[in-house]
Amino acid sequence: MASVDLHLDATELRLGLPGTSSPEIEGRKGPVGRSIKRVCGELDDGFDPKDASAVREDVPRPSKTQVVGWPPVRSYRKNCFRLNKLEGESGCGVLVKVSMDGAPYLRKIDLMTYKGYSDLLDDLQDMFKFKVGEYSERDGYNGSEFVPTYEDKDGDWMLVGDVPWNMFTGACKRLRIMKRSDDRRP
Amino acid sequence: MNYFPDEVIEHVFHFVNSNKDRNSISLVCKLWYRIERFSRSRVLVGNCYAITPERVIARFPCLKSLFLKGKPHFADFNLVPQDWGGYVYPWIKCLEKNRTNLEELRLKRMIVTDDSLELVAKSFSNFKSLVLVSCEGFTTDGLAAIAANCRFLRELDLQENEIEDHRGQWLNCFSESCTSLVALNFACLKGDINLAALERLVARSPNLKSLRLNRSVPVETLHRILVQAPQLVDIGVGSFVCDPESETFLKLTALLQKRHSIRSLSGFFEMTLYCAPAIYPLFSNLISLNLSYAPAFPGKELIKILQLCGKLQKLWVLDCIGDKGLEIVAYSCKELQELRVFPSDPDGDGNATFVTEEGLVAISSGCPKLNSLLYFCAQMTNAALITVARNCPNFIRFRLCILDPTKPDAATLQPLDEGFGAIVQACKGLRRLSISGHLTDQVFQYIGMHAKNLEMLSVAFAGGSDKGMLHVLNGCEKLNKLEIRDCPYGDGALLNNVRKYETMRSLWMSSCNISMGGCRMLAKSMPRLNVEVINENGDLNRDGDDDQLVDKLFVYRTLAGPRTDAPDFVWTL
Repeated sequence: MASVDLHLDATELRLGLPGTSSPEIEGRKGPVGRSIKRVCGELDDGFDPKDASAVREDVPRPSKTQVVGWPPVRSYRKNCFRLNKLEGESGCGVLVKVSMDGAPYLRKIDLMTYKGYSDLLDDLQDMFKFKVGEYSERDGYNGSEFVPTYEDKDGDWMLVGDVPWNMFTGACKRLRIMKRSDDRRP
Repeated sequence: MNYFPDEVIEHVFHFVNSNKDRNSISLVCKLWYRIERFSRSRVLVGNCYAITPERVIARFPCLKSLFLKGKPHFADFNLVPQDWGGYVYPWIKCLEKNRTNLEELRLKRMIVTDDSLELVAKSFSNFKSLVLVSCEGFTTDGLAAIAANCRFLRELDLQENEIEDHRGQWLNCFSESCTSLVALNFACLKGDINLAALERLVARSPNLKSLRLNRSVPVETLHRILVQAPQLVDIGVGSFVCDPESETFLKLTALLQKRHSIRSLSGFFEMTLYCAPAIYPLFSNLISLNLSYAPAFPGKELIKILQLCGKLQKLWVLDCIGDKGLEIVAYSCKELQELRVFPSDPDGDGNATFVTEEGLVAISSGCPKLNSLLYFCAQMTNAALITVARNCPNFIRFRLCILDPTKPDAATLQPLDEGFGAIVQACKGLRRLSISGHLTDQVFQYIGMHAKNLEMLSVAFAGGSDKGMLHVLNGCEKLNKLEIRDCPYGDGALLNNVRKYETMRSLWMSSCNISMGGCRMLAKSMPRLNVEVINENGDLNRDGDDDQLVDKLFVYRTLAGPRTDAPDFVWTL
């Protein structure tokens, strides 16, 4: 089988007419063999994400060469997905920016990779090298000068931890770790 | 039959509804032709340029329902230039002039203007049903005209059209006396609508069975509508975003637990995951589920939902479902007949998830009733296709799109000829086939030999030689539509069996090896074909050399001669 000439250049993907030899391929070819991290979100109920079929080291990713009209999807559908991307709704992951007062640059995290608030806060404390205090429903965070807050869909700045986790991941647009001296609340 | 009076024959014909059968009936003898033509009320014109509206109306004066198709199928994928044609206005003008009692109009891939819609609205007092699929050229003003004037409107169904949204009050335009609506689908509209007008419309439409909302309709309105319309059977949810602690959510959850009559669900253009449990009670009764526009459903939720869908017959999903998700479908949805798996990343520039041959094999072994498939996948193997063919010999439609269109068998690196060959051999009733991947002449030999009922074939990036196309043209007796892109077929293939094209609706060839000379020869030898050369880039010289390569060619049989509305860049030779 290895000796068969597969005539690969005859089947080479290009935009030019067959017989011409000037491929005008726009876009870029993605890395081949890049593994796909995970399907979507967390998977439980006995389904181990490690053996999910989406995690395939051996499957080369579809080439990123942009060919007109391929894959054959109606423009209406393509436009719908572009709209979703612009609105920041990714199907599998909630990416938010995290800023900390005094830090030189922001970070970006995926809220879907955390199981809950303690998981998220542990990671943030690790990332930015700070400590939050004790959380209580009445008083918020006590015992540290840093307070985790987030901007919700209405544009309000809220304290992290007040609402159920799943509601938080749906509502959170960005995170800000405030220094207590900035906290204007009583 | 000729001993019966005409009225008796006519009465018998009344029970014959399929267009194919009626066409056959009309060929039996002159008497039957005459009786049939006066009794046909439903007419399908598969290519609006194949015949003039005048001739259609002359032959079928009692026509009440017209289904017109315009642009070639590949127009859906941007292969046909914008102004190619497919205008509906002349048809409506002609129907109006002849005072046809038009009740239903169904259009696919046509240019529909607001003027056309206004003319429909004002010319046909009994107008009942408008279905527009993949059309463009109109705005919500045209919809307003329909709403305002069609007092007995039963159906307004807009599927995947590009509609310019003037954010007007078109829904308000339905008169208070319009109470006849049975189906309303405006899911493809992008703008806001008047929610109060929508609620009032639903409230006065006791026969409303199918309602598909667009993304601007919030869940509060959905709740009120569901309360108002317990008779709804088919629902397209707009937005499903809400606070799970709100009263609306609690009420909605309680309501949906009792709605056992809902059979079809779609939409969910945006969604709060936390609200998903509210809709769980619906799934065990569903026959049809379309989540292909709902990217926010993560794999975990999807799997929970699919496990509940024991009665599901039709499923449209995104490839986020993964092979594992398809295994769940195979296990849970034993009644499944139609499956479509769309790419969640059609532009291919993100971290796409996808399905492979494993998912398809799982489905085929779990769902023996499967007869219609559209499958966008990352890879395929011959072994998988052979297994699928063995498990599901009932395929009527089989469309496989490998995201990398020249990809060979992922395991053996061989062409996928054997796999598709197995499909056409096993599926004797196959009517529609789309193939992709690394293919040679061999697959076409199989198709020509076995696909005796094949009506439509779509080929892209196949390899081989002219022989491939000839196998199909010479072997597939019932071939009606052939569309080919980026294949090495030249004039030899085009001209070998020119009479075949008169037995077909149309042939599309783009980015193949066809020359001006070949097209001219075809046009000359077959005067009843329109041979359209589409000179999109302006590269060609109309009077130039025969050896110029023609990038886009559309050939179709016609009784209407060369069309008069062709733009500059479309030449009918």
